[in-house]
Amino acid sequence: MIPATFDYHSPQTLEDALALLQGHPDDAKVLSGGQSLLPLLKLRLGAAGHLIDIGRIPGLEYVKEEGGVLKIGGRTRESALEHSDLIQTKYPLLAQTAAVIADPLVRNLATVGGNLAHGDPANDHPATMLALRAEVVATGPNGTRTIPIDQFFLGLFSTALAPDEILTEIRIPVPPARSGGSYVKLERKVGDFATAASAVQLTLGAGGEVASVGIGLTNAGPTPLRAADAEQYLTGKQPSADVIAEAARRASAIATPSADRRGAIEYKRQMARVLTGRALKQAIEWAKEH
Amino acid sequence: MEPRTSAAICGMGHSMKRKEDPRFIRGQGHYVDDIKLPGMLHMDIVRSPYAHAKILAIHTEKALAIPGVLAVITGETLKGFNLHWMPTLMSDTQMVLPVEKVMYQAQEVAAVIATDRYIAADGVEAVEVEYEPLPVVVDPKKALEPGAPVLRTDKAGKTDNHIWHWETGDRAATERAFAEADVTVKQDMYIPRIHVASIETCGCVADFNKTDTHLTVYMTTQAPHAIRTVFALVAGHVGLSEEKIRVISPDLGGGFGGKVPVYPGYVIAVAASVVIGKPIKWVEDRMENLQADSFARDYHMTAELAAKKDGTMTALRIKTLADHGYADAAANPSKFPAGLFSICTGSYDIKTAFTEMDAAYTNKPPGGVAYRCSFRVTEAVHAIERVTDVLAAELKMDPAELRFKNFIQADKFPYKSALGWEYDSGNYKAALEKAMERIGYAELRREQAEKRAKGELMGIGICSFTEIVGAGPSKDFDILGIKMFDSAEIRIHPTGKAIARFGTKSQGQGHETTYAQIVAEELGIPAAHIQVEEGDTDTAPYGLGTYASRSTPTAGAAAAVAARKIRDKAKKIAAYLLEVSEDDLEWEPGKFSVKGAPQKSKTIQELAFAAYTNHPPGMEAGLEAVDYYDPPNLTFPFGSYICVVDIDRGTGEVKVRRFLAIDDCGNIINPMIVDGQIHGGLSMGLAPALFEEISYDESGNISGGSFMDYLVPTAMETPNWETGKTVTPCPHHPLGAKGVGESATVGAPPAIVNAVVDALSHLGVRHIEIPMTPEKVWNILREKGVAE
Amino acid sequence: MAQHQIQVKVNGTDHKAEVESRLLLVHLLRETLSMTGTHIGCDTTHCGACTVLLDGVPVKSCTVLAVQADGREVTTVEGLEKDGKLHAIQDGFWQEHGLQCGFCTPGMMLTSAALLANNPDPSEAQIRQAISGNLCRCTGYVNIIKSVQYAAAKLRPEAG
Repeated sequence: MIPATFDYHSPQTLEDALALLQGHPDDAKVLSGGQSLLPLLKLRLGAAGHLIDIGRIPGLEYVKEEGGVLKIGGRTRESALEHSDLIQTKYPLLAQTAAVIADPLVRNLATVGGNLAHGDPANDHPATMLALRAEVVATGPNGTRTIPIDQFFLGLFSTALAPDEILTEIRIPVPPARSGGSYVKLERKVGDFATAASAVQLTLGAGGEVASVGIGLTNAGPTPLRAADAEQYLTGKQPSADVIAEAARRASAIATPSADRRGAIEYKRQMARVLTGRALKQAIEWAKEH
Repeated sequence: MEPRTSAAICGMGHSMKRKEDPRFIRGQGHYVDDIKLPGMLHMDIVRSPYAHAKILAIHTEKALAIPGVLAVITGETLKGFNLHWMPTLMSDTQMVLPVEKVMYQAQEVAAVIATDRYIAADGVEAVEVEYEPLPVVVDPKKALEPGAPVLRTDKAGKTDNHIWHWETGDRAATERAFAEADVTVKQDMYIPRIHVASIETCGCVADFNKTDTHLTVYMTTQAPHAIRTVFALVAGHVGLSEEKIRVISPDLGGGFGGKVPVYPGYVIAVAASVVIGKPIKWVEDRMENLQADSFARDYHMTAELAAKKDGTMTALRIKTLADHGYADAAANPSKFPAGLFSICTGSYDIKTAFTEMDAAYTNKPPGGVAYRCSFRVTEAVHAIERVTDVLAAELKMDPAELRFKNFIQADKFPYKSALGWEYDSGNYKAALEKAMERIGYAELRREQAEKRAKGELMGIGICSFTEIVGAGPSKDFDILGIKMFDSAEIRIHPTGKAIARFGTKSQGQGHETTYAQIVAEELGIPAAHIQVEEGDTDTAPYGLGTYASRSTPTAGAAAAVAARKIRDKAKKIAAYLLEVSEDDLEWEPGKFSVKGAPQKSKTIQELAFAAYTNHPPGMEAGLEAVDYYDPPNLTFPFGSYICVVDIDRGTGEVKVRRFLAIDDCGNIINPMIVDGQIHGGLSMGLAPALFEEISYDESGNISGGSFMDYLVPTAMETPNWETGKTVTPCPHHPLGAKGVGESATVGAPPAIVNAVVDALSHLGVRHIEIPMTPEKVWNILREKGVAE
Repeated sequence: MAQHQIQVKVNGTDHKAEVESRLLLVHLLRETLSMTGTHIGCDTTHCGACTVLLDGVPVKSCTVLAVQADGREVTTVEGLEKDGKLHAIQDGFWQEHGLQCGFCTPGMMLTSAALLANNPDPSEAQIRQAISGNLCRCTGYVNIIKSVQYAAAKLRPEAG
């Protein structure tokens, strides 16, 4: 499979990249890890006149805590996230998500920013970032702006990023003590998109009740979904088995998946329920231990 | 069995490290796509988006306007040479390129020839084809209903989509046995379309020299000699003559049956090279490979067993509908349209049996090749091993007990089956006993009972299969009239080293090692000193190729027989040199010595040297032999497999916790390689049981046509296979060996299905179709009220 | 259809080439540089037959543009053997029958070599996960895992 022709650009600075995007307003695409974009071009399911490779711009790959915020550079490789000590010890939801994206070789190139900016509800980070209540930093010709994750995903393959903007950073509030998270994904085999997956990030209160919780669903609709009803239901409650089951049921009620070879709508909705229940239990376990 | 030869000689029974590996581990394997010839052009293929459509027009102007695009070949181009249709191996016909209509989605419509593969791909995009869609038939049952659109309108007088009816056994006696039986069970089962998906796709480089009219085709083929003859027969009228055709099958990146057929792409590339006079390379991509190359299976079966109350099986009846796509392009021996499906009585002493089959045309790609299996044996084993478990459930018997009760006993071999096969040797009871003991069957049953009490779902599945491989004896087996012998040619050089050439073609089986070990076993020349070659029709002796686990039963036997001919001549030379009678000599691996005077001896190396320097008066010089081996019977490897699964009640996922395979392939040439073959075969049994399927919607649109949805298992989905063996030598093979490459692919799927069904048997579940996807299993869990 | 002058160090040797924007790294290696040990097995970034090391990291070279490799180092199967001595992973695959048809083998070995560079004593589970982006149709993975374990043992310092 051979892509159609395009022009490749390799800007050395963010400014140059933005200028190139502005110079080709209709047919330029940002090339980050390329692990979604290049297959689309090879299959000729997508086309681009110009690829703007941000791979040589310094300063876009980092994972660090700063001022109560976890900052992830937009071009941070999934494998870097997966193997980061900071992420493994403090952000189980991110670590577990990074470990099930595509396969290990793809993760060596695929980037966190690309996973979000592609706007594919079947990708794994979108639901994770919803659960983590992240913010996305977009850099454009007029500087940077911060987009709350709930306003980022507009539709299938459509995000709040303007055509002349580049996703440069993801910001996540550093979780307080007694926090935990989990990503539980059902996939047919390694390398597959999720049949269903659920991302949970929560903090327990002093009495063991759920003080705050974020729940995101992967591949459950045209955009990644926040299970707001389930979050509200859980907040302030002791997470008994019945409460978890009811929260999982409420989460699955918002799922509007489409049928495909992975399963029928009903199966996928039920899997959203089962996986949310499991993710909640694991997140609670982690929170109790940390 | 302890090896008879020393480690230095490395004959049978030694786990010799493979002789082919030094090039592969250095990236120096030489596959078709690695070939680069001067002036070589590239071909890419335009394919149909429709499953059934009239071709109204093909517009090539835009493609031809692209710099570097040299030609666009259509059905009309080939019609000029009468090459637009070609015969299949089953006396049917299939299109090379269509002139009137397309018959399946992804069918070849035109071919673009360009200076490089990127430009060829651009050319394919630029070819515009106008279609008029026609009614589509994808369901073989509907295809056979009255009033169904007739697909093969090219066949004069054809008024339906029925291809053939085939039956064997005693219909009336079977009906009587069922009428008289204490118990009968009946199970419908469907084995879907699957694809071998060797990691190397198919392709060729066709190189026609206009000056000397020689055609050389480097080609991904498991049967180079047969292909040469097919080219000569099909294209003789355009000047291709067999002595001027050379087919070279270089290293193959897997075959599994998918590289037996002649695909249209090969023929188009040859035609293009003949017309243009330059080498043409065509290598299909993965989606073309999955969507258009020959499929396997697609059998709708209904299996019935009759038995006495005590479990004694009295009769078997199987009725099958085979979906062949738009052409019967199956790769079977000519007299066996349903392959060797009549092995379906399996490992059991069933006195009465009948099986019948009908084949139908549909708007799908043609084929019916094996998926690592000897001509429909997998289908037959699935039917008998599944319906056996259904009977066990009906009788409330342990499936192992039912099998022991019905096994053909070890003292009954050779055993004549109700459907006409003479099983060569077997000891089925020993294999199952060994499997049960090693896996701890009784303990597993106890664990299962405990788990059930807690609401957990665990299952244990058994499959005790019998295969039929090594086609085959010339009285019954031919392909296009060519008998299914195979061949070996061995030449011993003056310094006692050897070259051995074969009519087969390895695709990863390790022939360069195992054949050398056979010659080493017979002649005592170290295997390290024996060069094995296959795959070049200009140098290798004629043979029918490697598939259906036939290499060891046929060419391996030929190697032994040819080596024995050489040993016979060497003995004459030894007698001459030692000045004794031949009767006074005795052989041990590597030398002849005089009985009672072992210090008087001649090594095979000395005898080889003498064959060129000091051969007896009246004897021809040289030391070489050829054998075309016509096997007296097929070989019947067997085994007992036990699978343990756990089912996730939340998601329906099946986890194979343990899988033990006890195989018996007779005497073993290289234990390491046999183990590797079993591992690979098990993985290709796991795959269709749980993951792989190609399906079609009502419009004939393919689903599962890329690695995105055709789920070849990774190391994460594959369990750690456990293997073991029993050894029951083949009585008619010169080395006592049987084929082994496909046993595990045949035996694994029913073991896995039986395990999953067993996990759910207390809920009344008797059968699940493959692949047993999480969704399919979960639907059952929900229906039975046990889903989490 | 922009052309780019690139320089890529492949197995320690600098190669200059003029390439089209869309040229895939795997085709630079196989077609332009005639190094055919790197194979192609699919179109959808699933099979891993094309795996090479890019600056030491295993990637699927069918999903990297040749121009992206400009100024970088690529290691292919042809670069595993050093000074006539097989890399331990090559020896492992040979000794433990880790290959049959050999088509996935270059990619499998490079992925495994990269694993061992980071994790000298991987568990079976870690090996399985590491090679889960590489498909093998012949071996059932059992002997590939043994091959990696063989190489790991051979590479560990105490093995001398």
